Amino acid sequence: MKIVVGYGSCGLAAGAKDVYEELEDQIHKKNLDIDLQIAGCIGMCHLEPIIDVYDKDDITTYVKVSPQMIDEILLSALNHKKAKNYIISEEDLNILHEQKRIALRNCGIINPESIEEYTSIGGYEAIKKCILDKDPDKVIEEIKLSGLRGRGGAGFPTWFKWNAAKNSLGSPKYIVCNADEGDPGAFMDRSVLEGDPHTLIEGMIIGGFSMGANEGIVYVRAEYPLAIKRLKKAILQAREKGVLGKNLFGSDFDFDMRIKAGAGAFVCGEETALIASLEGERGMPRLKPPFPAEKGYLQYPTNINNVETFANVAWILQNGGKSFASMGTQKSKGTKVFALTGKIKKGGLVEVPMGVPLRKIIFDIGGGIKDDKKLKAVQMGGPSGGCIPLSLIDTSVDYESITATGAIMGSGGMVVMDETTCMVDMARFFLDFTCKESCGKCIHCRIGTKRMLEVLNRICDGKGKNGDIELLEDLAVQIKEGALCGLGQTAPNPVLTTLKYFREEYEKHIYEKTCPAHTCSALIHYHIKEDLCRKCGICIRSCPVDAISKKDGTVLIDQQKCIKCGKCHTVCPFHAVDRK
Amino acid sequence: MKCKDFQMLDPILEKYKESSTNLISILQEAQGLYGYLPLELLDYIAQKTNIKASKIHGVATFYTQFRLHPIGKYLIMLCQGTACHVNSSKLIEEAVCDELGIIEGQTTEDGLFTLNNVACLGCCSLSPVMMINDTTYGQLTPEEAKKIIREIKKKESKEV
Repeated sequence: MKIVVGYGSCGLAAGAKDVYEELEDQIHKKNLDIDLQIAGCIGMCHLEPIIDVYDKDDITTYVKVSPQMIDEILLSALNHKKAKNYIISEEDLNILHEQKRIALRNCGIINPESIEEYTSIGGYEAIKKCILDKDPDKVIEEIKLSGLRGRGGAGFPTWFKWNAAKNSLGSPKYIVCNADEGDPGAFMDRSVLEGDPHTLIEGMIIGGFSMGANEGIVYVRAEYPLAIKRLKKAILQAREKGVLGKNLFGSDFDFDMRIKAGAGAFVCGEETALIASLEGERGMPRLKPPFPAEKGYLQYPTNINNVETFANVAWILQNGGKSFASMGTQKSKGTKVFALTGKIKKGGLVEVPMGVPLRKIIFDIGGGIKDDKKLKAVQMGGPSGGCIPLSLIDTSVDYESITATGAIMGSGGMVVMDETTCMVDMARFFLDFTCKESCGKCIHCRIGTKRMLEVLNRICDGKGKNGDIELLEDLAVQIKEGALCGLGQTAPNPVLTTLKYFREEYEKHIYEKTCPAHTCSALIHYHIKEDLCRKCGICIRSCPVDAISKKDGTVLIDQQKCIKCGKCHTVCPFHAVDRK
Repeated sequence: MKCKDFQMLDPILEKYKESSTNLISILQEAQGLYGYLPLELLDYIAQKTNIKASKIHGVATFYTQFRLHPIGKYLIMLCQGTACHVNSSKLIEEAVCDELGIIEGQTTEDGLFTLNNVACLGCCSLSPVMMINDTTYGQLTPEEAKKIIREIKKKESKEV
């Protein structure tokens, strides 16, 4: 019998460590013949901590497990029964079955810290075959057939990049994995690194073989300590096994790789900035051309792909480019991982074929909106993307259709917003982000985003002026045209899409000085609803500026004193504090 | 800090002496060793590696991971990612500031806590999230966040 505990960052944050230790303790104390293992994240983050009990071929999944439940779960397992109260619901199980998992095929299933588990399910067979076939062109041809496009954001055909690096004349060549997942709201790369690091390694060796690169570098965010730890371990294991090193599989092909931890700069997701950072410089983008395929890391030919892109490679080589291309739409092939977050019932990672309608992802897989509120928009593509409104909820999720809405596919973050989210505040949030993360090299991005942020700040503060919307639009166009790299060129997108679909919300802020979502504190007022107020005084005690008082038996808020912190609204047990 | 204290860094400088591309790794390990990067330390690295002090300073101030000032025993990283923002991370920040009596970027007088806002911790489905040293806390409420900090305070006062 085997028990597997979901041990990714999200599982750990939900309490998986306590569950694991309790299991370990009990198995040891009772001297049970149970193999206790860990796995990465299966993607159902809202149900963590999750454990799987393997009784021969029968797998039982328990969700939201706490140490107190372990007794009952173990007792049932030993009697070949199930602890029915804690089992995953039929509905949640179906969600898993509705997905098509390729990049995430092993995440949450195998032990990421064991190379044996990876090889036992066919791991490293794809690279072995590539090397024994001795035909790098065939590898590129297979990737071309699959239609795989870059999963990091821009969606550039992977085979094209590989081919360019292969045909490039310099030597040595480098293959780099961009694991600087900086887009707030996306975490699929972390999940692959934590849950299936060998898939990434194999994908990179295959890439290296196809273009003649002998060194791989993985540039990982410093904010992902667990991912770095597991990848380090996986690289060591791969070296011991001879999958990395000299004369792989008896051939004359050498390949080794190393990790470079990033130091916290969003702009380093841009490939030329990433190269600068790898070289030990400030992560500032460079003009293209020359493209990295000609002159990249230390001026040598360099190919850069995203984690999720590499995670598809071994599968494609094993199952054929054709079967990958049989999924998806005409121009967007295969599957894509999405990170569902925000005001959604079932947040987590899902992988579906390209081309499914956005509605299916949000409502069928994600379970709809938290607290059954009304969906307002879905933000895709992070700070470079935009908000897709409810009216476009049937949009097919593929590169072209998403771009047509004004958003971008990006790395696949989907932040769901309901009626309580203010779209102007959202635009301000993203501009604040890009303004802080701008490297400062080009004026359009450095000063342009700052000017846009100032305008958005004043609109949210109730000081918006006639002409502000037009000013935002003008600035947006200038920045898009003038900025040096992708960060600046796409920075205005969140403003442009919210202006396109939620212009009236901007107008209400500017001309009527109201915030329809009741989010912008300068534009809202708190009142006590007399019919609901029980005069308990909890709001009076919670007010940090003594703005609430009781006079002649009625509780009143002094609007002059009120700083609109919302504490009274939060603490009132009778919902008697109204926000307008 | 005296100059001779910097000699702890020498094995690291030796390890990375091959190439100037290792500057970020040197700074990361130096910060791991000393907790922060005092200016004198940057000068010391410049002397030893022959990399210009201005360049080292430029790199150290470019990346958010590097800090030129000491931090508290507990580094609270409050996630300000999109998902956390949508799920009211602002209220968590207010609660933590309220509990500690400091604002973002500051350290408490007793040197226990430093509060930093960070872009995204990648635990979006558990938002709002904060990380204290290496532990992640998810699905926070303002009360929950205060409770976590109070527990650390309690633990610390016992140890003293």
